[in-house]
Amino acid sequence: MEEVDVEPTTTPIPGFDSNQKHLGFVWGPGDILVYETIYKASGGSAGGCPFVHEVRKDEDIYSPILRKLFNESHHIFVGLQRIREDMPSKNKKPQFVSISKNYRSVIRACMEELQQVAVSTQDAALATQYGSQVSILLAVELIWNLCEVLFIDAAPAGSLVLHLLDWVRLHKADVDEKAREVLASESPAEHQAYWDVVISYVLQGRMDEARQVLVKQAALQPAARAMFKLLDNLLMKMPIFNPGETQTLTEFDVKWRHWREEVDRCLQDQSFASNPHLEDICKILVGDEDVLLEHKELLSTWYHFLVTRLLFSHPTVKPTELHYYAQSSMHMFLDTRSVPEPLDSILLAAFEFDIHQVIKDCSIALNNWWFVGHLTDLLDHCKLLQSHNLHFGSNLREFLLLEYASGLFTHHSLWQLAVDYFDHCPEFGRVYLELQIERVPLDTERKALKVIRICEQRQMTEQVRSICKIMAKKALRNNRLGSALSWSIRAKDAAFATLISERFLQDYCANGTFSDLDLIDNLGPAMLLSDRLTFLGKYREFHRLYGEKRFLDAAKLLLSLMTAKIAPRSFWMTLLTDALPLLEQIEVIFSADQTHELMFCLEELTSEKSVPNPDRPMQDEDIETTKIELLRLALARNLAMAIVKERESIEGLVGGWVAGAVVLTGMQPGQPFWRRRQDRDWEPQVIG
Amino acid sequence: MEGINAKYVSKKISKTRWRPVSSSSLQQPDIFATGSWDNEDNSISIWSIGENGVSIMDDEFEGDPQLVCEYKHNGDVLDLQFLDQDRIVTASSTGAVTIFQHHHNSQTLSVSQLWDRAHHYPCDNAPCTGVVCNSPEIVTVGEDGRIMLFRADQEGVLRTIEKADSSAIHAVTFLRTTEILTVNSIGQLKLWDFRQPGNEPSQILSLTGDRVPLHCVDRHPNQQHIVATGGQDGMLCIWDVRQGNMPFSLMEAHSAEMWEVHFHPSNPDHLFSCSEDGSLLHWETSSNSDTPSFLKGGRNTSIISRSAIAPAGGNQSLINAWLTGDSSKGHLETTHMLPSQMLSVNSLDVLGQCLVCGTDGEAIYVNRHVPI
Repeated sequence: MEEVDVEPTTTPIPGFDSNQKHLGFVWGPGDILVYETIYKASGGSAGGCPFVHEVRKDEDIYSPILRKLFNESHHIFVGLQRIREDMPSKNKKPQFVSISKNYRSVIRACMEELQQVAVSTQDAALATQYGSQVSILLAVELIWNLCEVLFIDAAPAGSLVLHLLDWVRLHKADVDEKAREVLASESPAEHQAYWDVVISYVLQGRMDEARQVLVKQAALQPAARAMFKLLDNLLMKMPIFNPGETQTLTEFDVKWRHWREEVDRCLQDQSFASNPHLEDICKILVGDEDVLLEHKELLSTWYHFLVTRLLFSHPTVKPTELHYYAQSSMHMFLDTRSVPEPLDSILLAAFEFDIHQVIKDCSIALNNWWFVGHLTDLLDHCKLLQSHNLHFGSNLREFLLLEYASGLFTHHSLWQLAVDYFDHCPEFGRVYLELQIERVPLDTERKALKVIRICEQRQMTEQVRSICKIMAKKALRNNRLGSALSWSIRAKDAAFATLISERFLQDYCANGTFSDLDLIDNLGPAMLLSDRLTFLGKYREFHRLYGEKRFLDAAKLLLSLMTAKIAPRSFWMTLLTDALPLLEQIEVIFSADQTHELMFCLEELTSEKSVPNPDRPMQDEDIETTKIELLRLALARNLAMAIVKERESIEGLVGGWVAGAVVLTGMQPGQPFWRRRQDRDWEPQVIG
Repeated sequence: MEGINAKYVSKKISKTRWRPVSSSSLQQPDIFATGSWDNEDNSISIWSIGENGVSIMDDEFEGDPQLVCEYKHNGDVLDLQFLDQDRIVTASSTGAVTIFQHHHNSQTLSVSQLWDRAHHYPCDNAPCTGVVCNSPEIVTVGEDGRIMLFRADQEGVLRTIEKADSSAIHAVTFLRTTEILTVNSIGQLKLWDFRQPGNEPSQILSLTGDRVPLHCVDRHPNQQHIVATGGQDGMLCIWDVRQGNMPFSLMEAHSAEMWEVHFHPSNPDHLFSCSEDGSLLHWETSSNSDTPSFLKGGRNTSIISRSAIAPAGGNQSLINAWLTGDSSKGHLETTHMLPSQMLSVNSLDVLGQCLVCGTDGEAIYVNRHVPI
């Protein structure tokens, strides 16, 4: 077993006494369910607690303000995935940097909103909660920004210090606030925070601003004018590396050494001895670590100290040398006895270019996967994560994204965002999505359609089928046969369509009318999904033709339903009964041939039924027999009429000699008439 | 795409509607309502863009809606319409139909009328999917296949058409004061005349054999026989309900479900549609007539809103641009109105030069300079 990275936190379950009871639990994707169990091996059901508790690791996805973070970053994430793989990496870098900045601006926007509500809220507990969320976001942004400078932008020597300065300035913005306060006061130079402001500016390398504030003091002390002028000059002349110009790093280094010698000379001359503040500033300019450490309050963090130290002592530091200065700065700045905070070790790991340690520590320190997931994804796109093999799942990027997306999927509303994250996890994303999407609760058809659309776009036919089936079952339960049929047609679920068609036919047999005609009349090609559905559609068509008094078409259709074996055998009797009114029409509708076929069908049916069914009551049997007798009679009469009519028409057509021949080759006495089916394909040349 | 801003609201937006403005004042709308869906607690919200007195040119306020008030809504808001300037009717996934009153003085919302389980199954809730108002009459449709007629001032139900549809009805619109048009999940348009007794539609139109579910319908504001529909395949259909069973024209629009389609209420040569594919389209057809379309009717209505009925005074003899429009001849132009985004645009509304839409990405977009 592996050792744990940190001691796990304890979550108390309300109303539960761990000394007497035991807990059982089940893992969920983002939470666990906890319930009381009875531990004793035998006997005594002591009446367990009826509650099941849900324990969530991540409360943040329930914060309305942080939801904006998830939504906006989803947009950026998808944009990042669309950056083409084959683009030369030189062109990619600016894009990655700008994406990183977009992520950070979303964090900042969120932070500002949280800050506002934290101030305006009346509820103290809520204010603390918002406050802690702000501080988490602040730390997250700080880490992200440093990773951007070191890994994504990968600034070379020279620019590196400039970027780090920007980083410190952005996260130590209270200087500006203090400066505004000082400058707005009646006599700024006598304000108690005056020198703090000047020195803070110098510590952040903001020389122009420092000089502007210094002017106020110089104006007050005309006697020390020369001294102020000298410092002003030093500040002004401090060389700053400008990566945009043609100046090389060596040229800059020479220039900077000259300047530094000049500052050193001033110190040795005791030029500022009469003013301790100015002397301190001068010592800062040469990077005097003792003086810097005297201003711990103003630096406030070890990484500010690090950057200031680099600015004044090693402005051309290379990325590879950073870790040395970072470690020493941290040790010098922090009390040796105190244990570094998680944030300190994360930043130190970043300075050491240990990306995996950064990600690991962040995963432990933060309670959700948003930050590590997105950062890892971006770093992976920058090709900075060498295939660091996990002994579980696929790679680190995919593992973290899957965790993040699974968390989103547990949310009743944010699940839609998770889909795109799963899409971009090549190895396990699809399996995760397949398992999760089927479990989205479906309250309305609109939501079902949205879920189906997600599945269809990804060719997840199995899931589409399953969702349609859920909807069809739901409709069936509510006795909405039409809806149920529509859903099973959409699912191409032949078995279920058959089941529903049966229900329609049963309803018809019971009521004598069809329901949901608007649907059944417009089945179109969907009718072919199942045999029973085809029969339902065709049978309804028969009724329509009959209703429109198109008897010939109706008769033809009715017959074909049986001869083409579309109608289930159990329904033949109904069909034959439906033929009765057609047989009874004054006009002859079924031709002799058709009548023969009807007879054949009837005989086939009755021969099957010759074995008496003991379960059926005698009364039913009687009705059935009467029906069959009636049918036989009607069929025989129709046959007679049809033969007469057909003979008449043939006589009228080609004359008597043909008719005589027909009689000769036709039916023999005593032959069962349905057997004529076999020789019905006689043709006129037989006579010749 | 200029002048369009996203406002993230921490709720998936299912419906957006402008509050109607009186046509005499020539004002642009400045208040809209939204409804949310799929949240644990859903709500309807009233938003304001720019305060009164702030000039439209002031870019500070441009497009950033401010929340005015909010009220809890039971179930998903599946449809939402303004009955008049201060009453809103919603359709809920619980089957309830609710009238909310917006009190302008205190800027609060309250429930003024509730028809619980207006749509229902024998032992379950049936979502109410659509509502349309012609004050004081309210017509609702639902997944239960019922059409219900209410009056805002009466508690009871005025009329119920049971089994109006064998499948779910997705949307409804007024054709005339007594005639409505519904679209359903098997691709049919059904005309209903409330003067007729019985439960049979007076006409059924459909794309033969296609059975593609239709999700939205809107009627031409001046010429009541022209309607636009959109469905699951993202196609835009223009129908002339007087003529035949087939749509007049079929145009490929979106790659997924079209959730809403709207003619511009005062300039019907423009049409807007939005879709599950995350796009919002502006369709413009150049009409050949010299008569500016604002002279074609609608002058006498006091409220410009799609739920109101325009008088039948429009010049019917003019051939409507949508019926002559032929996309292949370049009469029809379409423009994307949103920057590329992935999640569904569920709803849109356009009034005057202002357009508002809401998405599953929990964002509201407002454009105050729609080129009309």
